[in-house]
Amino acid sequence: MKWHVLRPLWVAIGLVGALLVARVFLVPDDFGVHGRNFTYGFYRLSNVQEWKDFPVKYQGREGCVECHDANVETLNASSHAPVECENCHGPGAHHPDDIESLPLDTTRQLCLRCHAYLEYPNSARGSLLSIEDKRHRRRSECIKCHNPHDPKEDMR
Amino acid sequence: MTCSRRDFLKDAVGGTLATVMPLSAFTFLSTAEARTAVEESKVRWAFLVDTNKCVGCGLCVKACKNENEIPYDAEVTRTWVERYVITKDGKTHIDSPMGGRDGFTSMEVDGEEIDPDNIEKAFFVPKLCNQCDNPACVQVCPVGATYQTNDGVVLVDRDWCIGCGYCIMACPYGVRFFHPVHKVADKCNFCYHRISKGMEPACVECCSFGARRIANLKDPDDPVTKIITTERVAVLKDEYGTKPHVFYLGLDANVR
Repeated sequence: MKWHVLRPLWVAIGLVGALLVARVFLVPDDFGVHGRNFTYGFYRLSNVQEWKDFPVKYQGREGCVECHDANVETLNASSHAPVECENCHGPGAHHPDDIESLPLDTTRQLCLRCHAYLEYPNSARGSLLSIEDKRHRRRSECIKCHNPHDPKEDMR
Repeated sequence: MTCSRRDFLKDAVGGTLATVMPLSAFTFLSTAEARTAVEESKVRWAFLVDTNKCVGCGLCVKACKNENEIPYDAEVTRTWVERYVITKDGKTHIDSPMGGRDGFTSMEVDGEEIDPDNIEKAFFVPKLCNQCDNPACVQVCPVGATYQTNDGVVLVDRDWCIGCGYCIMACPYGVRFFHPVHKVADKCNFCYHRISKGMEPACVECCSFGARRIANLKDPDDPVTKIITTERVAVLKDEYGTKPHVFYLGLDANVR
């Protein structure tokens, strides 16, 4: 019998062997079944920590009050109290180190997110104080007349 | 029956190999590994959306994109807000321009002007990843790049994902997308970096109306868990058997 017919078999076995060797070097040590079973928990364990280390950008009002206590106090006493500082001022986690980094949004478009009148009688939107964008001083920014930290105050 | 010494040794070696070789397929865990595998986590993250409270300002979408470094002007987002306007002729008009990133400021729905007198009801529905208990997206991943952590959140390993897109097709809720910068699958993870530090997800923190809340289902004293367990909540696409963990208060039958 001619043994050369077996040569492709040796090649195939060699390739499988090479793959198994390569796998030892390429697959991280912590890759395996860590969760409840193979279907849902087959992963690289250190990736969980990598996601936990993802940088935080929104610090919340607790961070703002450390320096801007007067503004936070005014805001807390106003009807805008539920609105987070960072909704208008932008994410502030890097702000203490880099004062310039806050992109304050003073556009009319920002206020219209809540205060553009939509005639939806059974929606919470209908109960918010709102304007008709096309009729109410179209060309001016809202903050020229309204103080966002204390909306009741008349600035005119 | 006779058995030569040679045959006996041959059979003995063969038999030993046949028993030992399959055993090598098992992994032997260290004590610590075994303990973590058996012990249940004290956390199971879930989410509560109160659609009655949502006004469609879209500040959650803006916050999510900024917090999670999702390209701001790309048509992809981890969370979005849908507007449903149901008219008196029984038609449902749905839109979500840029995922509701800039809020809803006009009565026009998807370019169509709708007569306010003709509106039966209108409401907003925020959507995000359901962190399913049986995540279809995880089942289809061919490389083990997406997985469920033991606190219930489904994560994507950006170093391991090959970008094949199977998971994007498998998710019945359409929450997954292809990240245009990292070139991998991406999805909402309840801001895993924030909730694991005791903070709220960015969308929850930036919601001024309390429409979005995060809960730990394994903590019976958690106020949001109390709402989920005692009030009438609904989930999206229950019939798929994925066991979604984003619960909705006031969910309308028209929501798909």
